[in-house]
Amino acid sequence: MEALSHVNYWAAIVLAMIGLYAVIAPSNLIKKLIGLGIFQSAIFLIYITAGKVEGGTAPIIDAGHAVYSNPLPHVLILTAIVVAVSTLAVGLALTVAIKRDYGTVEEDEIDEQDRR
Amino acid sequence: MIATHLPVLQVAVPLIAAPVCVLLRRGDYAWVFTTVVCWGLLAIAALLLDQVMSGGTISYRLGGWAPPIGIEYRLDGVNAFVLLIIAGTAALMMPYARQSVEQEVRPERRHLFYAIFLLALTGLLGITATGDAFNIYVFLEISSLASYVLIAQGRRRRALTASYQYLIVGTIGASLILIGIGFLYAKTGTLNIADLAVRVPALGETPAVLAAFAFITVGVLIKLALFPFHVWLPNAYAYAPSMVSAFLAATATKVGAYMLLRFVFTVFGVHFAFETLPLTEILLALSLIAVLAGSLVAVFQSDLKRLLAFSSVGQIGYLGVGIGLASVTGVTGALVHVFNHALMKGGLFLAAGTIAYRLGATDLSALHGLGRRMPFTMAAVVIGGLGLVGVPITSGFVSKWYLVQAAFEEGLWPVALFVLAGSLIALAYVGRVVEAAYFRPAPPDAEPVGEAPWAMQLSTWALIGGSVYFGLHTDLTVVIAERAATVLLAGAP
Repeated sequence: MEALSHVNYWAAIVLAMIGLYAVIAPSNLIKKLIGLGIFQSAIFLIYITAGKVEGGTAPIIDAGHAVYSNPLPHVLILTAIVVAVSTLAVGLALTVAIKRDYGTVEEDEIDEQDRR
Repeated sequence: MIATHLPVLQVAVPLIAAPVCVLLRRGDYAWVFTTVVCWGLLAIAALLLDQVMSGGTISYRLGGWAPPIGIEYRLDGVNAFVLLIIAGTAALMMPYARQSVEQEVRPERRHLFYAIFLLALTGLLGITATGDAFNIYVFLEISSLASYVLIAQGRRRRALTASYQYLIVGTIGASLILIGIGFLYAKTGTLNIADLAVRVPALGETPAVLAAFAFITVGVLIKLALFPFHVWLPNAYAYAPSMVSAFLAATATKVGAYMLLRFVFTVFGVHFAFETLPLTEILLALSLIAVLAGSLVAVFQSDLKRLLAFSSVGQIGYLGVGIGLASVTGVTGALVHVFNHALMKGGLFLAAGTIAYRLGATDLSALHGLGRRMPFTMAAVVIGGLGLVGVPITSGFVSKWYLVQAAFEEGLWPVALFVLAGSLIALAYVGRVVEAAYFRPAPPDAEPVGEAPWAMQLSTWALIGGSVYFGLHTDLTVVIAERAATVLLAGAP
């Protein structure tokens, strides 16, 4: 049961590794950005999980509840999500510009054109 | 009244100025406005450094909320010094910017270029000024996203792939820092750096702290571009617009060095990083490889901007050596080198940009006979280059002197030997530039070129002249750096 109680963390590790693999392995620039998104989501999961207090409820003061989850990690991750979205937007904009100038979004074909 | 709010103004002014630039809608208005803002920032940074040197650490409560719950801007001798370097180089480069940007950026994008430039400046100043670990991450991403956009403005299409590559590597680096900060928060319940500095060493060697240390150190080394994490740097610097290459070379990696100092010395503590963990050995090994390999690769470059970029990889190695030695002399050497290298490399990239402005290329073969055709620009390149070698009376000599001295203090004479070997290799790559410009005749069919506009000369010579001035008047930089190093090594505030 020990392992199960950490299921979110295991999921985060698996997601992070999938994300990193997807950044490195494909030569398609858009697939790399998808991998980057998965990698960042894994980190968000770590933060959000760490903020959860067992048996805690949403942090709104209420007579019926005494235990609250920590809202700070959620707020931090809200910021990090905004950062991730902006990064993705800049990355996609660059990909569009690369497609316009090189006519391809495959890394090996771009490298070949650069060598020429 | 306003004097007490200087720490937040340092970061808020460029942040607010950026959208104003967008509203100005014209490149030349935006340039005037950005110039005024940058000189204002330099004045703020100088006042802050003066306050810190005379009155000690400044703690500024953002919105009046008390730390550690509220966000704190905390300025001590270290970051006040780095703030001055960033604001100073930005201000000195502004005269250069107008003509350089006019040539390299399309008219409808010029005001946006200055807006993004101000955002990059906001991020770099923010990382340096803040006393909150999560804030460092946010400002890091602000500066990084802005630099990706700036690099992509280069005239050749390879600027786009260079920027994309930097985006992928940089985002992974920043994400690793984010994981590390998350572990520290989960373990201590605080994000305030001064508070972390008290609580983290008290935790001892728990796996979470070790993991946090590993994530943050690797993430910062990626941003610092220390070997073997330097792959993004050469292309990004070589293909970016001249102004951007110079600005990033002078500031971005320097802020990386600052983050390394802040996390390793202040948050984790000297004892944990250098005695419990073998950070000295790791940093020295990587840095010495960087010094030798970076400089060697620079010798074989055929393009001036790429040569300078690889030289940066080598010079970053010197920063790593100073930090890795973890002594007052070593860290002083690293901090002095942060300052001196910002001047030298900033000036050299500006000079390379001037050559590109006149010739449209920076190939070494295009430089033939340029010593006679653009005497002032080439003289700046030679003086800056001698600084990279570390010839006495240039400021490069001062930083290397401290690094070599620090190595001998620790009894690590092979390190000193490697530092000197790096200088010799630097002599080789600077020699190649000199040979091309002065000892090769200009091709007979070469178009006649004149000197660059005086405004571009002014910026270049301000930085190069500064590097000579601070090579002769070492007391100013060394006193500030030595005090900063003492603060860092004393550990928790």
